[in-house]
Amino acid sequence: MRSAPLAINRTGAVSTALALLFLALALGAAIGETAIPLDVVGKTVANRLWGAGYPLDAIDEGIVWNYRLSRAVVAACCGAALSLCGVVLQALLRNALADPYILGISAGASTGAVAVAILGIGAGMLTLSLGAFLGAVFAFALVSLLALRAGRGTGAIILAGVAGSQLFNALTSFIVTKSANAEQARGIMFWLLGNLSGVRWPDVALALPVALGGLLVCLWHARALDAFTFGAESAASLGIPVKRVYVILISATALMTAVMVSIVGSIGFVGLVIPHAARFLVGVRHGLLLPAAALAGAIFMIAADILSRVIIPGQVLPIGVITALVGAPAFALILSRGRAAS
Amino acid sequence: MSLRAETVSWSAGGRTIVDAVDLEVVPGEFLGIIGPNGSGKTSLISLLAGIRPPKSGTVSLGGRPLAKTTRRDIAQRIALVEQQAETTERITARQAVELGRTPHLGALSPWSSRDADIVERALAHVGMSDLADRMWHTLSGGERQRLHIARALAQQPQILLLDEPTNHLDIHHQIGLLELVRGQKLTVVAALHDLNHAAVFCDRMAVMDRGRIVAIGTPTDILTEDRILAVFGVTATVETDEDGSCFVRYRRPRPKLQLISDTTKRHDHAR
Repeated sequence: MRSAPLAINRTGAVSTALALLFLALALGAAIGETAIPLDVVGKTVANRLWGAGYPLDAIDEGIVWNYRLSRAVVAACCGAALSLCGVVLQALLRNALADPYILGISAGASTGAVAVAILGIGAGMLTLSLGAFLGAVFAFALVSLLALRAGRGTGAIILAGVAGSQLFNALTSFIVTKSANAEQARGIMFWLLGNLSGVRWPDVALALPVALGGLLVCLWHARALDAFTFGAESAASLGIPVKRVYVILISATALMTAVMVSIVGSIGFVGLVIPHAARFLVGVRHGLLLPAAALAGAIFMIAADILSRVIIPGQVLPIGVITALVGAPAFALILSRGRAAS
Repeated sequence: MSLRAETVSWSAGGRTIVDAVDLEVVPGEFLGIIGPNGSGKTSLISLLAGIRPPKSGTVSLGGRPLAKTTRRDIAQRIALVEQQAETTERITARQAVELGRTPHLGALSPWSSRDADIVERALAHVGMSDLADRMWHTLSGGERQRLHIARALAQQPQILLLDEPTNHLDIHHQIGLLELVRGQKLTVVAALHDLNHAAVFCDRMAVMDRGRIVAIGTPTDILTEDRILAVFGVTATVETDEDGSCFVRYRRPRPKLQLISDTTKRHDHAR
């Protein structure tokens, strides 16, 4: 009786969502130091994808295609993936504060990426993303172990995460200070705060499949995530193979975080705030919450990227600064609303 | 479908919690498990539900070991109501019950009107239809417990396992909940605290003490003054009604005199 209107609206909801996403992408390509009209953006895409042959200014076309569009797509993937990670971690760990940044997964990924980039660990066999993935998995394993030893309270994992991120951030600084030259150090510090400046189409080829694949894996487990509402034992009694779900979803989370961190650096607050905002809008059912959070995260990140480019003329702010500036007050609001409601 | 435990043991932190338990649950019966705190009732229930693998021994359902059955197959036949399962998620009462359909739904199978009907029926069974759209955190302990039962019923199991289902409920809701469960055509295994409730609602009772089942039988067989003293350390009189049902009346502990002399001694020291 409740699902009927949902089924009717599904097509409408999906097309609205996609329309919003494409609009955000187009705006991401249009807005910047040199404003480019939306129709030029559209024609550029038509030229590049279908060889439409519209006569366009080569510089405009170059800016849209080579710089802004690739950047907007990666921002969208990154926002979507981090939000998915937040939803999944919050459900599995049953903790409203869980997100890859707070649990130290992002910090571990940074350390892994820096170790590969600067120390040359893996002797060229390891890519930056793989290094980040190993770092992310290692960090999550360490944080989980610490949380288990500290006791099973839901607060333990957050405290362990705080300790873990401090440790991995210190390790990253140590590696950078000890082994990087001044040029590298500057670049890495900028990247660590979250930076989309160097992003090009090859990065899209990595970010897009990971974000879409992550969304599919999470959606496949939507009912399993619902079943965790009353805890892991309750999920088990509802027929969920708890251990397998943990392994699959935690790996997916670590992989998504690692790939995004290796491309754009570690960005906070997206994975924390967007899931709450999405829950507020569409409710707690993961079948709806996951795509909603992914969409909201994608749009939020594109918007944050636009802001980071235009807020100081002639200069690009690290995107992590914007997400934190917007995210922290939003999170404070969510916390106080939550208290007022309960 | 019969549920059976054969020399099942479980331990945690080097301590044996469940010690070589043999138990056969007869289809259709209401089996109560009684015993003092820490005697292993909760662990035994978890083992029977298959959410914990035994350290040794086997639990089997219809002759098939649970270890060789998928979680989903088990959950279609056995439902578990834990003690005090809580959530901070902002879900409605109905959504909490809808979770019970999980073992019957695949990743791609959509929610059907049949599932919705089953959920509505389960809500009606526990008398929660009127409150179905209320948020979980606005409900009382008794209402939440009834929703947990409704979720278990929505699983459409053959066997219902309950771990101290009446904890934190007032007497009206305790009786109402046990009556509700008793009224289902289900095999029920329930860990119970209240010996008199157990006597009223159980077909058979099993007594657990330090991880072992020390006695099993009908309430009148089980509830004897000697056994209550031996297992619970409580002096009691057991009275039998003319219809054969029994009733436990607890007595205050006897050795009062010693307590008084202890206090006097302490006073002496103080002087």
